Amino acid sequence: MTVLVFLDHEGGVIRQASRSAIAAASRLGDVDVLVTGPDAAAAAKSAAAIPGVKKVLQVTDTTGSSELAEPVAALLAQLADGYTHILATSSATAKNVLPRAAALLDVQPIPDIVAINDADTFVRPIYAGSALATVKSADAKKVITVRASSFEPVAAEGGNAVIEDVALPAGPGGSTFVSTELSKSERPELESARVVVSGGNGMQNEENFKLLEPLADRLGAAIGASRAAVDKGFVSNEYQVGQTGKIVAPELYIAMGISGAIQHLAGMKDSKVIVAVNKDPEAPIFQVADYGIVGDLFTILPQLEAELDKAG
Amino acid sequence: MKVLVPVKRVIDYNIKPRVKADGSGVETAGVKMSMNPFDEIAVEEAVRLKEKGVVSEIIAVSIGEAKAQDTLRTAMAMGADRSILVETDVVTEPLAVAKVLKALVEKEKPDLVILGKQAIDDDMNATGQMLAGLLDRPQATFASKVEVADGAVTVTREIDGGAQTIKLALPAIITADLRLNEPRYASLPNIMKARKKPMEKITPADLGVDMTPRLSVISVAEPPERKAGIKLDSAAELVSRLRNEAKVI
Repeated sequence: MTVLVFLDHEGGVIRQASRSAIAAASRLGDVDVLVTGPDAAAAAKSAAAIPGVKKVLQVTDTTGSSELAEPVAALLAQLADGYTHILATSSATAKNVLPRAAALLDVQPIPDIVAINDADTFVRPIYAGSALATVKSADAKKVITVRASSFEPVAAEGGNAVIEDVALPAGPGGSTFVSTELSKSERPELESARVVVSGGNGMQNEENFKLLEPLADRLGAAIGASRAAVDKGFVSNEYQVGQTGKIVAPELYIAMGISGAIQHLAGMKDSKVIVAVNKDPEAPIFQVADYGIVGDLFTILPQLEAELDKAG
Repeated sequence: MKVLVPVKRVIDYNIKPRVKADGSGVETAGVKMSMNPFDEIAVEEAVRLKEKGVVSEIIAVSIGEAKAQDTLRTAMAMGADRSILVETDVVTEPLAVAKVLKALVEKEKPDLVILGKQAIDDDMNATGQMLAGLLDRPQATFASKVEVADGAVTVTREIDGGAQTIKLALPAIITADLRLNEPRYASLPNIMKARKKPMEKITPADLGVDMTPRLSVISVAEPPERKAGIKLDSAAELVSRLRNEAKVI
């Protein structure tokens, strides 16, 4: 069996989450990978160095077409012949492209798997993680996205795969790429950070939300947010942790002023250690927190910083 | 122009779902059901386009059991003009639903199909993309802004790390993300009016679609329960525990 993994990269650097998808794919068979975009050549080089990758297929495209679902899905469907499974990490890009490719192949996709039982049987969360379904696919080919936090990523270096060029087929037309606006941040990527400091409704406003930064700086942490904080405009949506945002599982997750709605817990309850600070002792977040402090976060934040500075 | 909006009846988002004792699924009997929240956003967007004079007719569609007509009535109370119930007791998988919708699109010829980006029961996030693929039409998923002008629609999409803008020629498929709009509540007079709006009832067989699921559910289980930990009195104690007990800093 050979598996094709569609990789996400940023400016040629393969995302850690995609290395988790390769780890999952390695459990199913030999692994080939596909990289697309203007920086595909650099990405292909990094991908070729990932242990376990046999072949890298690269599509260098500077027209913006590789940003669109239509041609990329058509390409995956075209390439599918040689593969039993098509996998990707559950990124916004993969969620856009893979179901479309699955439709072209007459396959029911299996999104967001957290475990592999055998080549046909997978475990995936449903109802925002309130239940885990084990499903068996009757399709000849499987189209799967992988929840990165459930698979330990493979190493970035040590392999030596061959690189081949492939061409992007024409899509149905009618779809044009206009622009992308990415927000810049010096902090680690939310989904792969070792520590995440998140703020919720309790942060009160945009200005106060920034008070999390000194704490995150001290811990080398990524900053996250609850849906309430995002909806109220304290921070932009790419910070959102939860069912409809990012799914994270860091070693340490610090929830400041987050009540702990089901939809938020779905995005972080697999963290190794959870800390919650909330003034409401009945907040549901305390039911999943390893360590909780009931109190005013604006008092506790500077105390935490001072304590970290002490012996650190 | 005409818009088709598919809506799904799911367990209300405020209810915590319970796994059935025999592990065959999640209990829905006697549980409050509502329209999938992302579908409400899709309906709202269609209604706003109608209010702007861009759209002339909104057709709501639901595929599921007979009670899905409640969801269609809600869509019509929000502003959909008529509805179609495609009745089936089979588990509705995105592939089969996309095939039903494709048949309806070929019949009704809408310029736009606006769907919710995912249903909060199976969390598949696939139907819109699959419909676009089957129809070989352009797609804009996870929309946070939609502007229709001159036979095209410009959509701002939520992507990892930011936003992307793409332009689609009509007819096209859009899936709605959370921040596209805030859906309205249906007013009492509109709920009354919705009772008189037309609802067509058909079956997947009428459209020639085989609903047989491709995924069989082996089991459904509760996730491992996380135990509540301990409450601490001070930041000093927390830092000390994180350093010496949990060893994460």
